[in-house]
Amino acid sequence: MDKAIKRYFPIFVLPTLLAFTMGFIAPFLVGVWLSFCKFTTINDATFIGFSNYTKILTDGTFVHALWYTSLFTIVSVIFINFFAFAIALLLTRKIKGTNLFRTVFFMPNLIGGIILGYVWSLLLNGILLQVERTLTYSSVYGFWGLVILMCWQQIGYMMIIYIAGIQNVPGDLVEAAKIDGATNWQILKNVTLPMVMPSITICTFLTLTNSFKLFDQNLALTNGEPSNMSELLALNIFSTFYGRAGWEGVGQAKAVVFFILVGIIAVTQNVLTRRKEIEQ
Amino acid sequence: MKKTKKMMALWLTAAMAFGTLAGCGGGSADQGSEPAATTAPAAGSGTETTAAAGGSDAPASGEGAVYYLNFKPEQADQWVALAETYTKETGVPVTVVTAASGTYEQTLKSEMAKTEAPTLFQVNGPVGLASWKDYCYDLKDSAVYKDLSSDDFALIGDDGSVKGIAYVIETYGLIYNKKLLNDYINMDGAVITSADDIKDFATLKKVADDIQAKKDDLGIAGAFASAGFDASSDWRFKTHLANLPLYYEYLADGITSTDAVKGTYLDNFKQIFDLYITDSTCAPTLLSGKTGEDAASEFALGEAVFYQNGTWAYNDIKDNEVADEDLGMLPIFIGADKEANQGLCTGSENYWCVNSKASEANIQATLDFLQWVVESDAGKNGLAKEMGFVTPFSTFTEEYLPANPLVAAADEYVKKGTVSVTWNFTTMPSEEWKNQLGSAMLEYAQGTGNWDAVVTAFVDGWAAEYQAANN
Repeated sequence: MDKAIKRYFPIFVLPTLLAFTMGFIAPFLVGVWLSFCKFTTINDATFIGFSNYTKILTDGTFVHALWYTSLFTIVSVIFINFFAFAIALLLTRKIKGTNLFRTVFFMPNLIGGIILGYVWSLLLNGILLQVERTLTYSSVYGFWGLVILMCWQQIGYMMIIYIAGIQNVPGDLVEAAKIDGATNWQILKNVTLPMVMPSITICTFLTLTNSFKLFDQNLALTNGEPSNMSELLALNIFSTFYGRAGWEGVGQAKAVVFFILVGIIAVTQNVLTRRKEIEQ
Repeated sequence: MKKTKKMMALWLTAAMAFGTLAGCGGGSADQGSEPAATTAPAAGSGTETTAAAGGSDAPASGEGAVYYLNFKPEQADQWVALAETYTKETGVPVTVVTAASGTYEQTLKSEMAKTEAPTLFQVNGPVGLASWKDYCYDLKDSAVYKDLSSDDFALIGDDGSVKGIAYVIETYGLIYNKKLLNDYINMDGAVITSADDIKDFATLKKVADDIQAKKDDLGIAGAFASAGFDASSDWRFKTHLANLPLYYEYLADGITSTDAVKGTYLDNFKQIFDLYITDSTCAPTLLSGKTGEDAASEFALGEAVFYQNGTWAYNDIKDNEVADEDLGMLPIFIGADKEANQGLCTGSENYWCVNSKASEANIQATLDFLQWVVESDAGKNGLAKEMGFVTPFSTFTEEYLPANPLVAAADEYVKKGTVSVTWNFTTMPSEEWKNQLGSAMLEYAQGTGNWDAVVTAFVDGWAAEYQAANN
C-alpha cells in the first residue's frame, strides 16, 4: 500500500499542483514582476525598475493607511479576543439556552462582508443622524464604525473556537485545582488560560490577519472617505491600482510590500504565541 | 463498508474529473451560437458577467464578433436589446457588457487584458484617451466618422488620426421645478416675477435665499437638493460644477487646455458652492453620506426646487411628483462677467473607440455594427427613442429627437441665443485631481477644512497632476 502511494504520488499530486500553480504561484510571480513595470493592461508591460517602489513613499496615502491599519488591527484584535473569550467562558457555564446563544452569536459570521458593510453604514448613519454627522464625516467615525462592525462579525466565530478550547480542558485538572482551594480567578489564570493557549494562537492569528487584510467591510462602510483618511491598506492598494491612471505599477508594488508585511506579522505572532503553548 | 468506500472514491473522482473538464470546456461551449448578451447588474462587476457570455472566438467563417463594453448603466437594457436586433438581422454576434456605475475604468482594464477583449469601448475625453490611445483604431475611413456632423465631436490624436467619436451630446444645468417656483412667485414679497428673471448669480442667490427662508410655507425641505459627496453624487460638483470657473478662465485666457490653472474664478466657484450648501435640504455635516439617489428623490418628490444635473437625469426623476411639463433648466450662474448671455453646459464625455488590438475580422464587424447603429432605422430608433440620446450624427433627422423634457428645455435655451458653456472638464488632468478637489470641497462644506485647501487642490493639484500624468 505504502509502495503504491509512493509510486503513484505524482499522479495524485499533479492536479492539485497544477491548480495551485495556476491559481497561486503563477499570478504571484507575475504580480511581483509587474511591480517593476509600467502598464495599463497586465499583458502589455514595460520594465522600469524600482521607481514604483520609490513612488510609494511620495504618495502619502500609503503611510497613512499603514498606521491607520496598524491601529485598527491592534484595537480590533484586543476587542474581539477579549469579548469572544468572555462570551465563551459564559456559554460554557451550565446556563439555560447555551446552544441557542451560541448559534445567535455565530450567525453574523455567515453574512458577507459587503452586505454587512452596507447594513452597518445604514445603521450607524441612522444613529449619527441624531447629532447631524455621518460615518464619513471624519476618519474617527469610520474607524470606530469598522471596529464595531468587525467585533460584531468576528466575535461569534472566535467564540466557537474558544468554546472548543475550554471544553477540552480536562475536568480533573479543574477539579484538582478546586480541591487545592484555588479561587475561580486562579483557576482561570493558571489552569484554563494555559490550556487554551492553542485556541488563543489560532484566534489571534485569524483576527490579526483578518483585520490587517480587511477589504470588503472597509469598501462598503466608508470606501476610504473622507479624503482616503479611513482607508485600510488593502483598499489603498485597490484604489491606487484602479483609481489612478498610470499608477497601476505603484499599486502592484504596494501589494508586494503588503504581502511582506503580512508575512512578517503572521510569522512573528505565530512564533510568539506558540512559545506559550504547553503540552497536556 | 468497503463498497461504500469504493463508491465514495468513484464519486469523488468523477466530481474532480468533471471539475477539470468544465474548466477547460467553458471556452468553446457556445462557440458560433448566438452568445447571450449580458448586462452587469448595477452593483455587480462586469468581469463576472462576461464569463457567462462565453468566450467564443471569431466564428470560422471570419465574420467577426462585436464586444461592446458600455459605460452608461442607465441604458444597459436598451443596448442589449439593440444588440439582439442586430444579431437577428445579420447573424453577427454582439455582446454587450455594462460596467457598474463608477467602475468603468477598472472593468475596462481587466477586460482589455483578456484574450476576448472588448472590440468597442469608451473613453471620457482627451484625458481618458491618454491612457488608451495605443488601443484606439484610426476611425478616419469609417462610416460612423463620416456621419459625424462636426469634427468637434471627434477625438483627434496628435498624428491626426481619429481616435474616438462622441455618440451622445448632453446638457446640464440647474434643473428646477416650475410648479414650485411659480408657487414661490405667487407668494407675497417674491423677488422675481418669472423664472426668466433669473439671469445672473445675484438674482439666483436672492431667490434661493428667499425660498430657503420660506421653505416651510412652500412645504419643501430646501431650495437646492442636497449636494451629496457620496461617490454616486460628488462628480456633480468636483467635475461638473468645477467646469464653470474653468470655462470662464479658459475663455478669459483664450485657451482650450492648460498645464497650470490660475484659479481666476475660484471666488465665484465659492459663491455658488456656498449657495448649494447653505440653501440646502440638509445640514452640511450630513453631506458626506448623501448619495445621488438622495438628491434625485428630493427633487423628484418636490422637496427641493433646484437640482444640479443633466439631461440624463430624466430617467431618475420622471413618473414621480414632478410632472414632465414642470421640468425646466437654468444655467448655473456663478457671478462671472458677461453671464447674462450664459447658456447651459453642453458637450460629451462619451466617445466610442474601436480596439486596435482586436483581430481584423472583429474590427470590421465592430465598424459595421457602428454604421448600422447610426444609419439604420432600428439603430437610430434605439439610440434616440429607447435610450433618449441626442446624437452628433447627421443621420439623425428631426424625427429622431428623444422625448425628454430636459432635452427640450436645453433646446429652448439654445434658441434664445445664449452661448453654451463647453465641457472643459474633459481637460482636467486626472481622476486623482478631481478626487482631491472633491475631498477638499467636502471638508470645507462640513466645516472640517477651509476654502484655502480647495484653492490648493484646484491650482497646485492641477500642476502636480498634470506633471505626473504627462511624464
